[in-house]
Amino acid sequence: MALDRWIALILLGVCLAYGYAAWFTMDANLAPFMRRNPIWPSTFPKVLSILGIISTTIVLLGFEKSEASEPDVDYRRLGEYHLGQALMLLVLMVIYAICLRPLGFLFSTSAFIILGAYTLGERKWHIMLPIALIAALGVWYLVQQVLGIYMRPLPGFIGV
Amino acid sequence: MLEGLLIGLQTAFSIQNLLMVIAGCLIGTFIGMLPGLGPMSIIAIMIPVAISMGDPSAALILLAGVYYGAIFGGSTSSILLNAPGVAGTVASSFDGYPMAQQGKAGKALTIAAIASFAGGTIGAILLMIFAPALSSVALIFHSAEYFALMVVGLSAIAAFAGTGQVAKAMIMTILGLIMATVGEGALFNMPRFTMGIMDLQSGFGFITLAMAMFALPEALFLVLKPKNLEGDEGQIKDLRITRSEAKAIAPVIGRQSLQGFFIGVLPGAGATIASFLGYAVERNIATKEEQEQFGKGSIKGLAAPESANNAACTGSFVPLLTLGIPGSGTTAILLGALIALNVTPGPRLMIDEPQIFWAVIMSMFIGNLVLLILNLPLIPYIAKILAVPRNYLIPFILFFTLMGAYIGQNNATELLLLVGFGICATALKFADYPLAPLLIGFILGGMMEDNFSRAMQLYDGIGFIWERPMTLGLLVIAAILVVLPSFRARRAKHRAAGVADGD
Repeated sequence: MALDRWIALILLGVCLAYGYAAWFTMDANLAPFMRRNPIWPSTFPKVLSILGIISTTIVLLGFEKSEASEPDVDYRRLGEYHLGQALMLLVLMVIYAICLRPLGFLFSTSAFIILGAYTLGERKWHIMLPIALIAALGVWYLVQQVLGIYMRPLPGFIGV
Repeated sequence: MLEGLLIGLQTAFSIQNLLMVIAGCLIGTFIGMLPGLGPMSIIAIMIPVAISMGDPSAALILLAGVYYGAIFGGSTSSILLNAPGVAGTVASSFDGYPMAQQGKAGKALTIAAIASFAGGTIGAILLMIFAPALSSVALIFHSAEYFALMVVGLSAIAAFAGTGQVAKAMIMTILGLIMATVGEGALFNMPRFTMGIMDLQSGFGFITLAMAMFALPEALFLVLKPKNLEGDEGQIKDLRITRSEAKAIAPVIGRQSLQGFFIGVLPGAGATIASFLGYAVERNIATKEEQEQFGKGSIKGLAAPESANNAACTGSFVPLLTLGIPGSGTTAILLGALIALNVTPGPRLMIDEPQIFWAVIMSMFIGNLVLLILNLPLIPYIAKILAVPRNYLIPFILFFTLMGAYIGQNNATELLLLVGFGICATALKFADYPLAPLLIGFILGGMMEDNFSRAMQLYDGIGFIWERPMTLGLLVIAAILVVLPSFRARRAKHRAAGVADGD
């Protein structure tokens, strides 16, 4: 089974769960006066769940034949691409999200840019370091001073 | 209208807004040139900046500048590198790149700049004429018609936006609508589908979703498969075009600006379709000798898509500004930004806040002029930007998407959501699911349900569908739009058995 049909299967599951909630569980604690309304909070979701189930089924069962288009990046040949780099960058993003508050903006950001560039094969430290530091400081200044949104610049144990 | 023009001029010519136009055009041109990054990612990245400025006119002017700047910049990389920066300029590379190979890169860039300028300007004039007319019609619309109109818009997007696979585009639209129902709606005062998670109480963040749908997958695709940027590093000289060449392309530009504009107005058909169609039409109506030239460096073949895509860009603002219904992913993002700034585009926009509407149109004239001035003399230098090392570019794109999501919500969990959605979006992109319908559905979902509920309440049930002929008519159109492409595809398959495709 091709990837698009696997995804359709997953989405069918999502639609079924959503539909179950809309049809059977949502209306249980609806206030009595609301029941006289022609529209309930679950009305629109009910319609959506049916449409969603129909369209995912069409793709899942392959009713609509697709022409074999030449995709830009073919997932069947994923191994030939720089998969490791992409995964590494995703991991870096997660680490950044976790570290942003505790370690402060300046450190996390410069580390993210340096490690990101390193992952992609950059080795010129004398360019990487200044660029990352200037970018981190510059963005922090813009966000904090110009836009007025607070971001903790330094790690929690050093400053505020 | 004259009064509106004056208000617009006044607003657009304030120092702040002039700076916004120039900044938007510059940013758009630079990033649009980088292959693989479309206008949607750039605008998604720019949204937090635009929203935090607080002034809706300035924000819309900036984002619109980025939009047509990106289309403009995309043509540069199409011509010089045969690596289109945005999908809307793919058709420009058909004839632009051969011209560059023949050593006429300068001439090609000039033609592209002039054609884009003309397309954008003519588009803005048409927008000025048609938007007020359409919005006065739209004022008589009822919530039932609005609901039906949104259904038409979404079906048109599903029918045209995908790569011919209507069912997949339908799934994505419905998924977007489903995601819009998560959280606490204004209408019912009760949380829905939050599964008891506090963070979902306010629903999914629009910026997070926009970044995850467009910027992240595009950046990841650039990592997975680096685009080849081995371009012609030759000198760009001889920017002039001769009088006879100007005469040859003038009618092409005129025709394609008109056609492009009207294609841009249609929901689901944007700059990309306009440019391909413009190219095909001009090839078909050209003389025999000229037809031979198409694909080998015809100036007409370059001028046609260039004016069409810029005019279509401007045309796509018509449904956004008059009906409040976006016809493309890019205008959907713009709509989201406007809603975040407390402006609801729609027929009342021109009455309630004329300065926004007219300032945007005026800024389009200024922006096109800025782009022309910017591009003609600076082209050789701008081309050097294309050598920005990707090792730095990609970490920065990722960083800006993270920053955008963080600034919007000031919440680190939002960043994890961003990465999660980004991975899902990349998987969907692998499987050839179009992503724009999801975001459009997500943005329209809330409005659609509101109008649906209002109509249901007024007519005490579903009766509004057959009691209002206009609603019924619109819904029938929507149904035809969804069914027709699959019907046509089936017929085409029968026919394709023996006959070759005529393009």
